[in-house]
Amino acid sequence: MSLLIKNLSARVKDGATILNNLSLEIPKGEVHALMGPNGSGKSTLSKVLCGHPDYEVISGSAHLDGQDIFAMAVDERSRAGLFLAFQYPIEIPGVSMANFMRAAMQSRLPEGEELDVIGFYKQLRGCMKELKIDPKFTARAVNEGFSGGEKKRNDILQMKMIEPSYAILDETDSGLDVDALRIVSEGVNAMRAPFRSFLVITHYKRLLDYIRPDVVHILSKGSIVRTGGYELVNHIEEHGFDFLEDIDSSEA
Amino acid sequence: MTRDEATFTIDSRGEFSFPENHKYDAGYGLTESTIDYISDAKGEPDWLRQFRKDALRKFNEMPMPEHWAPESLKNLDFDKIRYYLAHGNAPTRNWEDVPDEVKRTFERLGVPEQERAFLAGVDAQYDSETAYSNMQEELTKQGVIFVNANEGLMQHEEIFRPWFGKVIPVGDNKFSALNHAAFSGGSFIYIPKGVKLKQPLQAYFRINSESMGQFERTLIIADEGSELMYMEGCTAPKFDTATLHSGVVELVALKGAKIQYVTVQNWATNVYNLVIQRGLAMEDAEIRWIDCNIGAALTMKYPAVVLQGRGARGEVLSISIAHEGQHQDTGARMIHAAPDTSSNIIAKSISIGQGRGSYRGEVIIGKNATGCKNNTECDALLINAESRTDTYPAINIKGNSSSVQHEASVSQVDEEMLFYMQQRGLTRAQAMSLAVNGFVNELINEFPMEYSVELRRLIDLEMEDSIG
Repeated sequence: MSLLIKNLSARVKDGATILNNLSLEIPKGEVHALMGPNGSGKSTLSKVLCGHPDYEVISGSAHLDGQDIFAMAVDERSRAGLFLAFQYPIEIPGVSMANFMRAAMQSRLPEGEELDVIGFYKQLRGCMKELKIDPKFTARAVNEGFSGGEKKRNDILQMKMIEPSYAILDETDSGLDVDALRIVSEGVNAMRAPFRSFLVITHYKRLLDYIRPDVVHILSKGSIVRTGGYELVNHIEEHGFDFLEDIDSSEA
Repeated sequence: MTRDEATFTIDSRGEFSFPENHKYDAGYGLTESTIDYISDAKGEPDWLRQFRKDALRKFNEMPMPEHWAPESLKNLDFDKIRYYLAHGNAPTRNWEDVPDEVKRTFERLGVPEQERAFLAGVDAQYDSETAYSNMQEELTKQGVIFVNANEGLMQHEEIFRPWFGKVIPVGDNKFSALNHAAFSGGSFIYIPKGVKLKQPLQAYFRINSESMGQFERTLIIADEGSELMYMEGCTAPKFDTATLHSGVVELVALKGAKIQYVTVQNWATNVYNLVIQRGLAMEDAEIRWIDCNIGAALTMKYPAVVLQGRGARGEVLSISIAHEGQHQDTGARMIHAAPDTSSNIIAKSISIGQGRGSYRGEVIIGKNATGCKNNTECDALLINAESRTDTYPAINIKGNSSSVQHEASVSQVDEEMLFYMQQRGLTRAQAMSLAVNGFVNELINEFPMEYSVELRRLIDLEMEDSIG
């Protein structure tokens, strides 16, 4: 049981190739961190996995617990258990948080089954409390007029509600102050379980100090160039990504 | 309610019909003899017969509106329309008296539920004649008159005749003349001084005959300090040949009175829906048009308020959805003819596929109308790149102490938004519905409860259809 990516190459539709023969496996229950310089393809990987229409797969495969996700629509991948906390969560004018979440939860039920509304609100209030989100936010339009930090927190709230089996956090730490970072990280840590995996995309050590990864990958020019333990994070913190140049030249 | 039931009762396309069985049929085309036929059938007095004939003359003399009318209006052939069809049943007051065939239609339209909830004066129009009307005893006790056009003019001549054709004169335009000549059915309402109706009055009407013109006529007079809400909603079967629906609605709000007029229009997509709606608001009176256009091949409809008395208020809230092959040409007019009058226009249009939405607004502030305020917002949402939307605002201010504000926006349901929602598990169609519902959400909340629920459901169905 894992998220298994094999020899994945992908590009912007009719544009440049960004992922280059990338392979990666995240077994159930593990937290993997993905680090890498700007433009190395971190966000692209998350979007390609989720089926963003701006990208196309050139070759390779991705399987979620054995299911070929490239054969599935965006929403099918979501319902199969794949979740993406967006780097830039999208505003949906006029649609309240509560209604949006209800629709998302309802979509996961078998056809003909109605969401238990009372249970839903109970769960929503509970999750909001944990993430220290003002209960009034349920009536506000999704992300509209939210601060950067509020948007990120709101995405984590959605993750807590949906309870995915594979969650990708795309630079969730950017835009968060220290307190918010702690609250969000605690929220994520509380969800760590043997039946759930995370791929945490970040530039910074500070997030990984809160959410300790089991495995760390370094992405460069669309490929995984290093895989290791937490020591890789320390290495990058001290030396930056300059060492990647050496890898490049040694490979050349 | 399950999806299947919803599709059954609120068919977004209105593609169903029932067998016709008409006692009266004036045949195709409109001539003096057609009018004689109508007047004879209705047993009208001479003045009314003559009134119709004068209007017919005007109709024949007047040119088609050309300066902005869409091309498709030229496809309208006045000789291929039947101008009067009726069952011949006298209007009934009891549900039991309603013919089974009509009841069956109501059932499919989901009327019975409404009927139970709003027995206060349901007046449901089936074809040209009022087949069912029920006025609660209480309404009668309060002195409220709620009848069809002919009853209004014949039995309450002293109340309705003075205002009939005064807000919208015969010669206002060709279609106004047409309606004055051929009108049938509709509602005439009088609310006495100080009477405030808590329940909305509502009318259901539909066309159920091929090539049939329906020219209903509504006149509402709210006497000083009175209040009412009137609701009309409709759905129609789909036919191959064009069907013309050209109504005239006149509202008169006397000093301090309040009228809210709610329309949900969902004609089959072969209907020409050309409706003239205008209200006259006297001192401190308020007229509010709430308008939703979903159906019809072509809609041309620009509800207006003439702010005639000091302190009068006018409002138009409008939602339109234009699909492939549809043109929703809607808007609003506010005529500030007195000082300290205010008006508000909020119009939201949604264009899908090659559907076309247009907004035409006109705000006129007269020379002596000082201290007036107008606020206009019109927003368009395009569902794909082929959609088209146009905005034609016209602001004409003679005085110089008034404030006018106009905002317009055009937006697309963008892929990023759909991706975000789909990533949370919603199908593309659900995501689209939610985005569109979000766009009109604030306005839909202004509709009466049962309409807002229905509207949201209709939008869902429309979006599912549009995505396939």
